[in-house]
Amino acid sequence: MANSILLIAEAHEGKLKKATLSALAAAREIAVRTSGNVVGLIAGHGIDGAAKELAAHGVRVLAADSAAFAHVLAETYGQLAAEAAKKTEATYVVAAATSIGKDVMPRVAARLGAGVASDVIGLSGEGATVHFRRAMWAGNAIATVEVTTPVKCVTVRATEFAAASAATGGSVEAFSFTPSAAKTKFVEFVPVKSARPELTEARAVVSGGRGTKGDFTLIEQLADELGAAVGASRAVVDAGWQPNDLQVGQTGKVVAPQLYIAIGISGAIQHLAGMKGSKTIVAINKDADAPIFQVADYGLVADLFKVVPELIAEIHKAKV
Amino acid sequence: MKILVTVKRVEDYESKIKVKPDKSWIVTEGVNCRANPFDEIAVEEALRLRDAAMPSEVVIVSCGSAAAATEIRSALAMGADRGVLVKFDGAGPQSLDPDAAARLLQKVIEKEKPDLVLMGKQAVDDDSNVTGQLLAEYLGWGQATFASKRESLESEEEKAKKPGIAIEGGTAKVWREVDGGLERLEVALPAIVTVDLRLNVPRYASLPNIMKAKKKPIDELSPVALGVDTTAKVRVLSVEAPPARAGGQKVPDVATLVQKLKTEAKVI
Ligand SMILES: Cc1cc2nc3c(=O)[nH]c(=O)nc-3n(C[C@H](O)[C@H](O)[C@H](O)COP(=O)(O)OP(=O)(O)OC[C@H]3O[C@@H](n4cnc5c(N)ncnc54)[C@H](O)[C@@H]3O)c2cc1C
Repeated sequence: MANSILLIAEAHEGKLKKATLSALAAAREIAVRTSGNVVGLIAGHGIDGAAKELAAHGVRVLAADSAAFAHVLAETYGQLAAEAAKKTEATYVVAAATSIGKDVMPRVAARLGAGVASDVIGLSGEGATVHFRRAMWAGNAIATVEVTTPVKCVTVRATEFAAASAATGGSVEAFSFTPSAAKTKFVEFVPVKSARPELTEARAVVSGGRGTKGDFTLIEQLADELGAAVGASRAVVDAGWQPNDLQVGQTGKVVAPQLYIAIGISGAIQHLAGMKGSKTIVAINKDADAPIFQVADYGLVADLFKVVPELIAEIHKAKV
Repeated sequence: MKILVTVKRVEDYESKIKVKPDKSWIVTEGVNCRANPFDEIAVEEALRLRDAAMPSEVVIVSCGSAAAATEIRSALAMGADRGVLVKFDGAGPQSLDPDAAARLLQKVIEKEKPDLVLMGKQAVDDDSNVTGQLLAEYLGWGQATFASKRESLESEEEKAKKPGIAIEGGTAKVWREVDGGLERLEVALPAIVTVDLRLNVPRYASLPNIMKAKKKPIDELSPVALGVDTTAKVRVLSVEAPPARAGGQKVPDVATLVQKLKTEAKVI
C-alpha cells in the first residue's frame, strides 16, 4: 500500500488510549491532503480489543501482539514502527505526544532518516505540502515548521485535535516482527491511583498551587463536586505534595478542559503553557496582581481557605 | 566511570520572549541566555554519580556558538572536569535542529566513549524533547527518558545529595516520569538518560569553584572536523505570537462566580 500515513496507536489496559483518536484525527487530515491512507499500528500483549476499537474508526490496523511488546521499550517499539513504516511505504508517521509517543517517535525517525516535528498543535501549508505548528519557548511563540525529509514523523498534542469519529471499512491483521534484543529492561510500574477522571481527558480540572500549603483536601472536594480531575503546579509536585503525574505546564501535562480552576497558583508562564487553551479559566488567588488573573475569565481575589468551602457549597446548591 | 553531559545555551526562561515583527524568529537582543535548566539537573546528577564512584570524570559538551563556552564554564564551575564545544555559528532559524545536534553528539561520543550520557529531557527554547532519543538510536544504545526519583525534592535523600540514578553491575536503574505514574527501567551501559525536573536540585557554583573552572580545559571541535552535515531536517519557517486570551475579569464574590459559571460560561 503506497503512500500510507502510519499511526502508532497506544493501548492501555487493553483499551485504546483516547489520545490515539486525536492523533488519528491529525493522521486523517494529512491523508486527505496527501491522498494517502491511514494505517494503524498497535503493539502489546493482549491487544485484540484495542485493535478492534481502532479498526472501528475505519482504519486498517496492523496488530503486533507478542510478549516481546508487553512493555513499551523505545528500542523495540522503535524497530517495530520503523519496520511497519517501511512495509507500508509510509510518508508520515504519526503518534500522540504522550510519554510513550515522545519516548518512541524520535527513535523511529532516526531509523527512517526522518525529521520529527514534536508536540504539534496544528497543521498548515497548502494541499499536499503539510507544515506543522508547534509551541516554542514555553508557548511564548508558535512556530510553523517544515519537515524536509521524504518521511516525516509527527507527534501531536491530543488536546488540539478533536478525537476522530467512528467509521466503516476498518480491518485488523496480524503483524509479526521480532525486534533485536533490547538493552533496556522493564522493572516495574508504580501507578498513581485515582478514581477521578484522567487529567488530560477531563471536562473540568481543579488545580492547586503552593498557596494550598500542601493541603489538597479542598482542591479534591471541589474536584469531586464538579466531577473534575485534579492538577497541580510544579511547586506542589516538587515538594512531593502531589504525584508528578499531576503537573500541568510546559514540561508536564497540557490540558484544555471546558473549565480550569487555578487555586493558589501564581500563573508562571510555564504553568500557563499547560492550561491556556482551556475554554473557561477561573483563578482564585489572594494576590490581586498574580499573573494568573491576566488569563482568567473569572478571577476571585481571596483567601482560598475561606472561599473554596463556599464555592463547593454554592456549586452543590447550583446543581440541585 | 566517564559521564558525558550535554548543555545547551538557551534564552533565560525568566526573560520576556517576543516575536520579531517580520516573524522570522524571536527578538534576541537584550534577552539573557543561560544553560537549559534541565541540563543543569543532568550536570548535578553526573557530579553526584561521579563523587560516588571515584575515579570518574564528567565531560560537558555543548553544540553552539562561541558564546556557549559560557554555559560550559558554568557547568565546570558546578564541578565538572572539562568541556567540549562543537562550534556552530548559525543562529535564529539557522540554528542547529535537534537531529543535527544529535548527529554531532554521536561523533563526539564515539571519540569520548563515555559510560553514561546525561541530557535534559528537553531544551526550553524549542521544547522539542527529541535529541536524546535520536542520539540513542544513532548510537544503537538503550535509553531511559524523563529520569526522576521516588523521593521528593524536599526529602532526606535529596538533602543528602544522593544520586537518583543507581549504577549497578554495568547498568543504570532509572525511575521515569510517565503518564499515569512512575516506571522503573534497567538499561545496560553505555546508555542515554534524559532527565526530568524531579531528579534533583542543582547546586550553585561556589566562588572557589568558579575560580578553578577558569583553568579547566575546553576543547573546540567543528561539524566539518567531525564530518557531520548539519542540514536541518526540521526548519522553522516562521514564528508568531500565541493568541491572546481576553482574561482579566474579576468577580466580587463566590455567589457571582457561580452564577457566571452557570449562566454566562455554562460550564456547571
Ligand atoms: C524549566 C522549568 C519548567 C517548568 N515547568 C513548569 C510546569 O510544567 N508547570 C508549572 O506549574 N510550573 C513549571 N515551572 C515552575 C514555574 O516557573 C513556577 O515556579 C511554578 O508554576 C509556581 O508554582 P505556584 O504557582 O504553585 O507557586 P507560587 O508561584 O509560589 O505561587 C503561589 C500562589 O499562591 C497564592 N496564595 C498563597 N496563599 C494563598 C491563599 N491562602 N489563598 C489564595 N492564594 C494564595 C500566592 O499569592 C501565589 O500567587 C517550571 C520552571 C522551570 C524553570
